[in-house]
Amino acid sequence: MVSPADAMPLDAPAWCREERDRDVLRLVVGGDWVIGAAARLDHEVRDLAFGNARRVEIDGAALSRLDSAGAWLLLRTKRRAEAEGREVGAFSLPSGFLPLLHTLERDHTAPPCVLPRRHTFEALLQRIGRGTVHAFDSGYQILGFVGLVAVETVQTIVKPWRHLRLAAFAHQIEETGITALPILGLLGFLLGVVLAYQGADQLRRFGAEIYTVNLVGVAMVREIGVLITAIIVAGRSGSAFTAYIGTMKVNEELDAMETLGINVIEALVMPRVFGLVIALPFITFYTDFMGLVGGGVMCYFDLGINVPSYLRQLQSALTVTGVLVGLVKAPVFAYIIAQVGCFEGLRVQRNAASVGRLTTQSVVESIFLVIVFDAGFSILFSILGI
Amino acid sequence: MADPIIEITGLVNAFGNSVLHDHLDLEVRRGEVLGVVGGSGTGKSVLLRTIVGLNRPRSGRIRVFGEDVTELDAEAMRAVQMRWGVLFQDGALFSNQTVAENIQVPLREYTRMSQSLMNEIAVLKVSMVGLPDDAANKYPSQLSGGMRKRAGLARALALDPELVFLDEPTAGLDPISANQFDELVRDLQQSLGLTVFMVTHDIDTLRATTDRIAVLVDRKIKVGTIETLVHDPHPWIHEYFAGVRGRAALAQSG
Repeated sequence: MVSPADAMPLDAPAWCREERDRDVLRLVVGGDWVIGAAARLDHEVRDLAFGNARRVEIDGAALSRLDSAGAWLLLRTKRRAEAEGREVGAFSLPSGFLPLLHTLERDHTAPPCVLPRRHTFEALLQRIGRGTVHAFDSGYQILGFVGLVAVETVQTIVKPWRHLRLAAFAHQIEETGITALPILGLLGFLLGVVLAYQGADQLRRFGAEIYTVNLVGVAMVREIGVLITAIIVAGRSGSAFTAYIGTMKVNEELDAMETLGINVIEALVMPRVFGLVIALPFITFYTDFMGLVGGGVMCYFDLGINVPSYLRQLQSALTVTGVLVGLVKAPVFAYIIAQVGCFEGLRVQRNAASVGRLTTQSVVESIFLVIVFDAGFSILFSILGI
Repeated sequence: MADPIIEITGLVNAFGNSVLHDHLDLEVRRGEVLGVVGGSGTGKSVLLRTIVGLNRPRSGRIRVFGEDVTELDAEAMRAVQMRWGVLFQDGALFSNQTVAENIQVPLREYTRMSQSLMNEIAVLKVSMVGLPDDAANKYPSQLSGGMRKRAGLARALALDPELVFLDEPTAGLDPISANQFDELVRDLQQSLGLTVFMVTHDIDTLRATTDRIAVLVDRKIKVGTIETLVHDPHPWIHEYFAGVRGRAALAQSG
């Protein structure tokens, strides 16, 4: 196995030696002073002690190749000699290498700037400080955005014919709602199966197998259906919102819209917010239904409950209020997901990396907020006694 | 006659049914600056990408430093890759790293230098391409377009390559920055003994920097100098260089 450093083309190995003649130190160098040899030469010339020499000369007549790394090492040695108060005498090179040396001497003025070290305590403090300022900054921006969207929302509701872009709105319903049906149907069905299986296992011990139906029905319709739908939609559509708007921002498309007099919030955010707010309750209802089907299938095979008795039991377990309690959360979650997705998209900076970062952030934030609001709903409903 | 550093014979590039290069031949001599021009969609960038191995040709042979790059294994390709540098259109700097760290990427990959020497070389390269010292610590997003190109050139030059590919180096720069970039390329080419393969649209750049010009027309290449190409009968070439003649005449009378 040839390591990369060995694979460097080295025709004539580089060498250097020092010759001392009373108070003159002559550094004689030769061979290929190229980047492949630079690591070794760096140590050799760095360790070179000028000692009591008054005068330092560099003799490069024997150099066969010289690149900018090699030239830098020679130049650095010369500068060090000057800095240490030695007189620098001859600095001879084959004439072919002189333009390179002159370029370096001209461009690179001593003292060179210092690259800061990372991972110091100071850097840590800076990071904490920057993070704190950033957090407050984001909070401020979020407040501004929520307010802006609220105003636009009211305007759109009052005068939908002027503010709602119908084509985009319909497209969003299709994108976020209809295309999500296959995955949500499958997930709902499987969750119903899982719930029924677990419920049946526990309830059988009390001889209360029939209440498995109640468990599946209530859990699915009030809680799990809407929650799983919101989480899937956050992952599917929230991320798509951020990536889409973010990419437009990187491409300066948003600036182009702005200069054309198009309201970005109205054109991009509102169709998404309204599309999702309309779509999510419907697909939640669909997920609920598929969950009940899954539960029914499991009850039939595991407990031998046939379809008529499953439906009868379901009817006694579920109330209209129960169904509405689940569905009423859906538009709220939709509003959150759409807002977070669009907000993060608009926050994208003009580089591709930030699209990826903010898309991830948007999904995490919207799932987090959905669960927080779900807990809030639970508290609210328990106070209201629903 | 200098020995060729790049030798392309019978290159065919096609995407679907559209043929971009049809048995194209080209030779780049060691130590020259070759400008590649051509209308939009004639495959200038594709030619560059094919030579550096980012695009597999349908057929043809491409020899760089005497090695057929279409047939090299990974190890041998690495040895070739460290002898060339590529500057992409917008610099293609790694956005999560500072300019200095960008320049150190090839150094870290191919050499075993100490960190302090790598820092010195990074600063050296930054100054060589004419960037202010403090640019070394900046991230690409904090730089202007022209500065990003210079930083990209600094990274391309990190390993002191023999051959540098430049893809539209002056596109999007103001004329003054473009002039400075031309001078920089010429200056570095002379002091480092580089061979430069440059795709460009900019006729001023062609005049200021190139030794020879390769024109992509009719899926083939015509090579010449500005003086000879001005008299070329091909309509596209004629139209392209007619402006030069006009301008040269103007300069003489003024």
